[in-house]
Amino acid sequence: MALIEVEHLKKYFNVASGTNHAVDDITMKIEKGRTMGVVGESGCGKSTLGRTIIRLQDPTDGVIRLNGEDITNVSGRKLREVRERMSIIFQDPYSSLNPRMTVEQTIREPLMESRRYNRKEVEEKARELMDLVGIEKRLRLAYPHELDGGRRQRVGIARAIALQPDFIMCDEPVSALDVSIQAQVLNLLMDLQQDFGLAYMFVTHDLSVVRHIADDISVMYLGQLVETAPAKELFKQPLHPYTKALLSAIPSIDISKPMQRVQLKGEITSAINPKPGCRFAPRCPYATEACSQPQTLTEVAPNHFVSCCNIQKI
Amino acid sequence: MRTEHEVSEKKKHHGGHKDREHGRHGNHKEHRKLKRESQIVQIWKRMIKNRVSLVGCIMLAIIFLLVIFAPLLAPYDPNYMDTSALNAAPSAKHLFGADNLGRDILSRLLWGGRSSLLLGFICAIFGLLIGLFFGSIVGYAGKSVDMIVMRLCDVMSSIPGMLMAILISTVMGPGFFNTILAMTVGGIPNSIRGSRAMALKEREMEYLEAAKAMNCSKVKIIFKHMVPNIISPSIVGTTMMIGNSITGASSLSFVGLGIQPPDAEWGAMLSGAKNFMLQHPHEVLFPGLAILITVLATNMIGDGLRDALDPKLKN
Repeated sequence: MALIEVEHLKKYFNVASGTNHAVDDITMKIEKGRTMGVVGESGCGKSTLGRTIIRLQDPTDGVIRLNGEDITNVSGRKLREVRERMSIIFQDPYSSLNPRMTVEQTIREPLMESRRYNRKEVEEKARELMDLVGIEKRLRLAYPHELDGGRRQRVGIARAIALQPDFIMCDEPVSALDVSIQAQVLNLLMDLQQDFGLAYMFVTHDLSVVRHIADDISVMYLGQLVETAPAKELFKQPLHPYTKALLSAIPSIDISKPMQRVQLKGEITSAINPKPGCRFAPRCPYATEACSQPQTLTEVAPNHFVSCCNIQKI
Repeated sequence: MRTEHEVSEKKKHHGGHKDREHGRHGNHKEHRKLKRESQIVQIWKRMIKNRVSLVGCIMLAIIFLLVIFAPLLAPYDPNYMDTSALNAAPSAKHLFGADNLGRDILSRLLWGGRSSLLLGFICAIFGLLIGLFFGSIVGYAGKSVDMIVMRLCDVMSSIPGMLMAILISTVMGPGFFNTILAMTVGGIPNSIRGSRAMALKEREMEYLEAAKAMNCSKVKIIFKHMVPNIISPSIVGTTMMIGNSITGASSLSFVGLGIQPPDAEWGAMLSGAKNFMLQHPHEVLFPGLAILITVLATNMIGDGLRDALDPKLKN
């Protein structure tokens, strides 16, 4: 049984010009202790998917299971419990920390809210957490604006792991950081995963990061899941035309090897009131009439799922 | 520089706490109190570091002292009419002169400051609290709550503030507390609108979402996380309101509501004297100056306080 199971999850937003199908019929599994990388262009619904899974937003339709338990519609005390077992690390370490709370106050917050610990235990735990994520003790009364991006993100991480959750949704946790600091934060996340058996959902548009950290990768396009596979296999053998195009865009450091870019034509369409069928079809070089039918995710190799009706021909 | 100093200062507390950890349970509270105080002390220190707000603080402190010790300082009974000194110009006998009924203006200023200041400050603080309370809730909740409350505000602000104040005073009758009520209600739509605008801006910030993910209740999200971040602009507005309330209350006295004669009040003195403004300018000059200086001082403090409350401007 997977830690997180998502079946036919939908999240629609009503906007002025119609209904935005931000997350449309997504099915995925995240195993305990593994990292699921979710990649896709900006605005394809990656973050919305993650936020819906951890119940920060209510899903429109579908089922979310945590350890086999249906958490799609839980509320009240049960929702509090569920939120303690799942947590989130935000993209922007500048806006995700309250500017008027010190480092220590921020880290204490989830501990206090859980009501599991008394004051003294909270204080001790907060200190342990600071140690764990590598924030110097002297910074415990510093305000977020006094810290650099990397340290801020460490505070965010300490806050996220405070209650020892099973699952953390990482919403582009390194994309706002300098490259030199990205590696430190990624390593910290990987160390924590090893020590606590955390499962991550790692939302990003940075393919080199996802290659480094993810065990499995899901590729999204305009709210739909187009392909999901173990990371190595996906990079070795991308099957969906969109995945192929996406991966061919990674710059290579080997200048002797000629690059074979798949260049996509046309503009990205919109997820507002979409037509049925594959949303990538208008830009797909292999598109046929069958593409306008609803697509199903089919297993083409062990654990390698693709949502494309022309997969045999490509 | 400043930050390092503060961190080391707090380190001392931290060390002190460790020493006391062997002690009784009560020591925890003591530690907590110590830190709280030091935060207020920090804000205070930051505020008086700013020259302008320091001057404002001193000015306001002097005004308050003068008013508090009015019984000792006032040379005459504020309501005593000296018929030999009707409209007397400033002289050694009447330092600020006397009004058309021969009452000593200095004495009336000192005594009248009591109700004027109290009225100004209470109105402004009520306005701030009510505005923050409703503005933040409305801004965070959005949708239909926002719609309903803001339309109510529109209705309220469609009635001119002074008319509203007169209406309330007429219904409730004159008197000190009814005057406060009348002056506060008129300012509510504006202060709600201001707080709401800030709340709308702040609502998009991820730290509020983080608080939600940490299981904070809505009340906590709004009042613990959001309000401290939207309070600064409201504080400046509040200092403005102190002056507005003092002058507004004088308009109420002018139409026979508000604080009743013969009780002295700055606004009432001003409006009572304006008929003789050309012949006896000193009768409007001194009450006007009193209001001016008070408003100036509070505005200076307000600016400094806004900066001092902003942790980003610490250095």
